[in-house]
Amino acid sequence: MDQETDLTAGARAATLPAPFREWFAARGWTPRRHQLDLLARTREGRSVLLIAPTGAGKTLAGFLPSLVDLAERARPKPGAPRQGIHTLYISPLKALAVDIQRNLTQPVSEMGLDIRMETRTGDTPAHKRQRQKHVPPDVLLTTPEQLALLIASADAGRFFAGLKYVVLDELHSLVTSKRGHLLSLGLARLRKLAPGMVGIGLSATVAEPEALRRWLVGQTPPGAMADIVTVAGGAKPEITILETDEHVPWAGHSARYAIPAVYEAIRRHRTTLLFVNTRSQAELLFRELWHINADNLPIALHHGSLDVAQRRRVEKAMETNSLRAIVATSTLDLGIDWGDVDLVVHVGAPKGASRLAQRIGRSNHRMDEPSRAILVPANRFEVMECRAAIEANYLGAQDTPPLSEGALDVLAQHVLGRACAEPFEEAEFFDEVRSAAPYSGLDAATFSRVVEFVATGGYALKTYERYARIRRMKDGRWRISHPRIAQQYRLNVGTIVEAPMLNVRLTRQRGGAMRGGMVLGKVEEYFLETLAPGDTFLFSGRTLRFEGIRENECFVTSAAGQDAMVPSYAGGKFPLSTYLAGEVRAMLGDPARWKALPEQVADWLRIQKEKSVLPRRQDLLVETFPRASRHYMVAYPFEGRLAHQTLGMLLTRRLERAGARPLGFVATDYSLAIWGLEDMGGMIRKGALSLAQLFDEDMLGDDLEAWLADSWLLKRTFRNCAVISGLVEKRHPGQEKTGRQVTVSADLIYDVLRAHEPDHILLQATWRDAATGLLDIARLGEMLSRTRGRIMHKDLERISPLAVPVMLEIGKEPVPGGASESLLGEAVDSLIEEAMGGA
Amino acid sequence: MNVVEGIGGVLPAVEIVIAGEGAVCDPSGALYLPADRLLVVSDLHLEKGSSYARRGRMLPPYDTAATLKRLAAVIDRHRPAAVVSLGDSFHDADGAGRMPEAFRERLLLLMAGREWYWISGNHDPLPPEGLPGHWVEELGVGGLIFRHEPSPGEAEGEIAGHLHPGARIVRRGRSVRRACFACDGARLVMPAFGSLTGSLNVLDRAFAGLFRREALTAYMLGAERVYPIAGAMLRPT
Repeated sequence: MDQETDLTAGARAATLPAPFREWFAARGWTPRRHQLDLLARTREGRSVLLIAPTGAGKTLAGFLPSLVDLAERARPKPGAPRQGIHTLYISPLKALAVDIQRNLTQPVSEMGLDIRMETRTGDTPAHKRQRQKHVPPDVLLTTPEQLALLIASADAGRFFAGLKYVVLDELHSLVTSKRGHLLSLGLARLRKLAPGMVGIGLSATVAEPEALRRWLVGQTPPGAMADIVTVAGGAKPEITILETDEHVPWAGHSARYAIPAVYEAIRRHRTTLLFVNTRSQAELLFRELWHINADNLPIALHHGSLDVAQRRRVEKAMETNSLRAIVATSTLDLGIDWGDVDLVVHVGAPKGASRLAQRIGRSNHRMDEPSRAILVPANRFEVMECRAAIEANYLGAQDTPPLSEGALDVLAQHVLGRACAEPFEEAEFFDEVRSAAPYSGLDAATFSRVVEFVATGGYALKTYERYARIRRMKDGRWRISHPRIAQQYRLNVGTIVEAPMLNVRLTRQRGGAMRGGMVLGKVEEYFLETLAPGDTFLFSGRTLRFEGIRENECFVTSAAGQDAMVPSYAGGKFPLSTYLAGEVRAMLGDPARWKALPEQVADWLRIQKEKSVLPRRQDLLVETFPRASRHYMVAYPFEGRLAHQTLGMLLTRRLERAGARPLGFVATDYSLAIWGLEDMGGMIRKGALSLAQLFDEDMLGDDLEAWLADSWLLKRTFRNCAVISGLVEKRHPGQEKTGRQVTVSADLIYDVLRAHEPDHILLQATWRDAATGLLDIARLGEMLSRTRGRIMHKDLERISPLAVPVMLEIGKEPVPGGASESLLGEAVDSLIEEAMGGA
Repeated sequence: MNVVEGIGGVLPAVEIVIAGEGAVCDPSGALYLPADRLLVVSDLHLEKGSSYARRGRMLPPYDTAATLKRLAAVIDRHRPAAVVSLGDSFHDADGAGRMPEAFRERLLLLMAGREWYWISGNHDPLPPEGLPGHWVEELGVGGLIFRHEPSPGEAEGEIAGHLHPGARIVRRGRSVRRACFACDGARLVMPAFGSLTGSLNVLDRAFAGLFRREALTAYMLGAERVYPIAGAMLRPT
């Protein structure tokens, strides 16, 4: 923290109690303007959203009102009843809560304040949690899931009656998920229990601060907003695109070409943080760097699947500055102390301008010095995307996703939790739920259906009345029917449904007996399902040989020195943001902007212009051409892989009907290629196929419905909704041993429900989830309406330069969904071939 | 890459031989013995939804209806003279008593005019309340013996259920998992017929010692046909 030159600050600091003034003075510091501003507003009972870049002293600012209030309160008289919680701090990460406690303890003890601070997370031992209930600390640092548990207990009223402040950290990342929905409902409850409570939200810069300001306060009246205090950004970051003489690849995500240059950059800096988008990219980059690590620089690997102990070791080494580089997947996977990072390298395109800004913010924690970052595009389209992201960062453009409507499965969980605490009156509770911003648009009928769902499953066939989990009492209020229900609720609270993971255990023996060995981390079950014994893959920085699975452990042996079959790139975790997509399209259509691009990329675009055409920003280009014995249609919507995948599914259905005999398609973030047996270009020329009709928005009606009916996408979404809403149980560690046979498969429930009650509330919740998540329907719909009447068709004799990247993806990805019957048929065919062919 | 190419022509129902007796594997998961006009179904787990609901998990109450509908279809297809329900016909001992009246009538209609054998299972150790049919521990027909749980070791001609066998193959990097009939020519373990029943991989330790591994074939259930897959192609878990 350094000196503030604001002249009035000194005068305003006078409002601070003596211990605080002296503490600041002893360090030669003056409280910053935003810290005092926040203090003044909260003292008037206003909730406040504090927006500040990393390193601006956000945490201290957020806690200042609470600490001042605690310092000024009268000492409790001996024998007076104990106070409840004074301040609640909620963060998305357990580690963050622990870290904040450490950081606050120092100033609190230096000022000699009598304040008790404790953390409460999933790791807190039962006896300590019990004690916290009886003897609440002044400040409790916790997570959204723990808050849900606390408000669902019978003594929640007493526990929170004296609550004055709620500090919400990393609010921008919390609010976009179902965890955010759960938290918003928890806050609505807290506002009831402690009406004078003040909310303080701490957030990085976001596109629409108004949405966060509404989120922070009760929506009574609708549209009410918290105050806002903004800290201006520090020095502009210095971002460059990696310069290299190497050939930038047409397609792919590995960025192998850039490894020597990246290594050089690491050598020239103190500590480098390398970000990639997926775990498999992290493993690959790590291995490639060590391949050429002639100087034996300490380079480490860090991602969420690694064993906790190993992650902690890396974080520790990071704190003590004993690492030169660390390869990581996301800022949230990492611990908190960043050491002396002086360079951030981003391998692969950042996919969103805001994400880039936040990752870069990790370098150089002093906010008045510029951060340094190098972007490493993995292919040519990514070069344009990186360029667009850099310009956005300089322009201060933000593209954080808009806040979504509150999910109904989360609401169902909250309703049961509410009943666990004490009986509730439906109408009153409905008003409380609607005071949470994500649920402000909820109608009474839907709310009643959710309550019915919680009670008896909400089925049209009323056969479960006698088993109801919550029942109406004579006075009309709802209560739980049995204490066992509250117990079940406690085991299933939360919105994080993890894909089943298996421990990876390194043993010595090949084949044969599998036991013992060190745990390297966890891998998703679905990935291991595609492996056969003897297959090799990269994990934890090593090449491993898969030996087999026993119970919930996967056994591997070392395959050092062998080439690994790398986990297939399952697509970026994040689709290209709408903002960046628009910028890339604009760049494509404006040759004046190509000067900013590397020569080989600009050349590529020039040749495209010669051989085909470049679409303008608002246009949709569709190319058709033959290749080998197939005919191709390539479209360039630039709307992200999810939307393209949905579009591909729908277009193939329509082309099938039009007689074009499509065979398959592949989608990337930028474009979509469909291939078939008929000459689609010829059909368009002759008028047998109309592009306007093919791309008409009406595809989002019946065609979508028909395709989705059996889609694995919906089943996967349903599984999450079923767990969160409490329809099926969460899988707990150790339970896997009892086998699949005893756990009810959510897929089977889905099939039964869809056949017998297609309008069920949980199917509606699933559909809404999928439409905004995996299908990206809103974005597809916007694209279709934007490009209406603006489709440019180019019938070519051969493949165009722009089509090369997507064409290279064909055959690389495994077949997702839909075709399992044909795979079974194939397995039988190969069996027949084996039997007949050998004769 | 998404492939939308169609599958080849539909093969006729798969016929197998168990201990010298001919049988047909129906894609619904039922087994039909034409010589005896006998239909076998296993692990119906009727009223599983309500069994969970009793314990606070409100699964859809439509599983019984769905199972009965499929049972009606397969009975209509083969018109058997006798039906064997190979145990775990109801998900718990009170299942039959809890079954809504409409379903009970539907079931009685299916039972009318044919012999019906309820074999006792671990989920339903007592005769189903208020339903006709013969209640037996096991049943011998020709060279075949029907019982719920497979007996340990070799058992020529045994047809059992209980384990809910399923199989998994991997093709082109993709995994396909289906319920299956598991058979090595001497013994057959039936797939579960109930609509809310999951499956257990036939390579799981629970199946150890039941089959001659080299002769094991998994008859995986497809939408309209049964796919015989050699044991060597199967993958664990």
